[in-house]
Amino acid sequence: MNQSFADLSPERLRALLHQMMLIRAFEEAAEQLYLQGLIHGTMHLSVGQEASAVGACAALRPTDYILSTHRGHGHCIAKGARVDLMMAEFFGKETGYCRGRGGSMHMADVDTGNLGANGIVAGGVPMAAGVGLSIRMQQQDRVVLVFFGDGATNEGAFHESLNLAAIWNLPVIYFCENNQYAMSMAIARASKVEKLSDRACAYGIPGVTVDGNDLLAVYCATKEAVERARSGGGPTLIEAQTYRWKGHSKSDKQRYRTKEEVKAWQERDPIARLAQKMLEASLLTEADLQHLQARVDEEIAAAVAFAKASPEPDPATIFEGVYA
Amino acid sequence: MSRELTYAEAVREAIDLAMARDERVFLIGEDVGVYGGAFGVTDGLYQKYGPERVRDTPISEAVIAGVATGAALTGMRPIAEIQFMDFITLSMEQLVLQAAKLRFMLGGKVQVPFVLRTPAGAGTGAAAQHSESLENWFVHVPGLKVVMPSTPADAKGLLLASIEDPNPVIFVEHKLLYRTKGAVPEGYYTIPLSQTEVKRVGRDLTIVATSLMVVRALEAAETLAKEGIEVEVVDPRTLKPLDAEPIVRSVCKTGRVLIVHEACKTGGFGGELAAVIAESEAFDYLDAPIRRLAGLDIPVPYNRELERRMVPQVEDIVDAARRLVKEAR
Repeated sequence: MNQSFADLSPERLRALLHQMMLIRAFEEAAEQLYLQGLIHGTMHLSVGQEASAVGACAALRPTDYILSTHRGHGHCIAKGARVDLMMAEFFGKETGYCRGRGGSMHMADVDTGNLGANGIVAGGVPMAAGVGLSIRMQQQDRVVLVFFGDGATNEGAFHESLNLAAIWNLPVIYFCENNQYAMSMAIARASKVEKLSDRACAYGIPGVTVDGNDLLAVYCATKEAVERARSGGGPTLIEAQTYRWKGHSKSDKQRYRTKEEVKAWQERDPIARLAQKMLEASLLTEADLQHLQARVDEEIAAAVAFAKASPEPDPATIFEGVYA
Repeated sequence: MSRELTYAEAVREAIDLAMARDERVFLIGEDVGVYGGAFGVTDGLYQKYGPERVRDTPISEAVIAGVATGAALTGMRPIAEIQFMDFITLSMEQLVLQAAKLRFMLGGKVQVPFVLRTPAGAGTGAAAQHSESLENWFVHVPGLKVVMPSTPADAKGLLLASIEDPNPVIFVEHKLLYRTKGAVPEGYYTIPLSQTEVKRVGRDLTIVATSLMVVRALEAAETLAKEGIEVEVVDPRTLKPLDAEPIVRSVCKTGRVLIVHEACKTGGFGGELAAVIAESEAFDYLDAPIRRLAGLDIPVPYNRELERRMVPQVEDIVDAARRLVKEAR
């Protein structure tokens, strides 16, 4: 076993590479379908951020929880969701994860521990403390990892949640995907601290910043935080430095950044980096890579076909789910 | 068996019974532990159940609501306390955008069973930021239930029903009711949510009142009875989802209705009640216009007399009722 791959077996590494490729393919397909007018509303794509979603979730067990963000397709797939049911949700179909009621911004798969994406910046962060407390009070062998962006760290709710999880020693991993921009607001303009993980010291908890485009770095940092949380050591703040290649949402003209900046980050493509590393270590062949890509394309094509063929929600059920 | 309890004692007894019966139920809030709650409602529960289940929080209303939501989502039955209803403004995002909508947004696949208790109301000289009645904000949010008990027995039975309910419930207590006494059945019992109750039967006029105003309406009814005016006092108890049928039936019988609440009149629950009545068959039975008596559209003043005038008093209800029985449409 090559030490630079931590404790991940070649099979596991290939599975994680597959997940990253699947996320990218899912989002690229979603964008195309939007442009074709087959999907309405908006979407927030995480292209370029796949290593942080997959690396973080790789350190979790199926029984662990995540709370996700508006840019959450990657988290959902990485936690084990099915792309056909996700695509159906995108199409607003009854067969989708949220029966077409949630859409891109509320994608959830409770069965795989994904308690939901969120349309509110930092919306899931206070809830994470509650999930952590719930785990503790029920004496479950679980942890909760909450994803949020750099923008969320300037919300008051962020502070309240980290402080509470810290004083109560809750099994929560606060996972910040710092993709450099909160819509158009650059993090350098929004925060005086250079590393967002430095904020952890305000709560007396460990904080760590990692290269969010390096799957292994993300995995190792998260694994350590998960072990700490699981063994009663309390919460950790992880900052994964990454970059979104696409605009904030479908309406973004991207006036706030240069093409050169985007290009520089694209050269640090997390998928290409892992693939290259595995090729060099002979854990993967070019043929394997082509095979993986073909498999991903098939899965997405099948997901789109499933979504298209699925029924719309029955308007007679419009009130369902308001109250239990 | 019944005995007299104060409203605060009835709330405490309900919490105690729920915690004894169900391990998933726990208390969370500011100073709910050793201090016993700002109004003493949770007094003694910390000693009985300990710090794991009676959890003092920092002054962090957003995360109190967030913890209630997250814990409820994953199998617990939290009872959160927001120390003054005014402070609920600091919890709004988690309550309105998360707790209320999660079940619907996630296609009906989750439940968010928690109760958020909070004392509302003026009359304590606490001025504009510790006296508000904001219940109607929550009535406007699909997914939340809003309960507002007026008697100790209702407080106990409705709180136990709220704790059993699989939805987020905003449970609004009134500070001036905490020391009021009434017969309260012993043991565990629930009063179903969304069940309006006629608190006094009468033939001349219907008064629909909420919370403390029910008590004042009943007192006004005594005075009016001496003048030969028989008032029917109706208490919705649960504002959302509303059980409108008994209200409509009462108005059909009396032909006159006065709506009384403490919250500011404009945008208050009285407007909703008036609309429900006007849209119903009771419209054809109305002998006079629907009237509302409510809090003035001002922040709650500090000065004792100004504060008194801001909120409907017994004599205001008596006056308004007298005028209404003389009115013709």
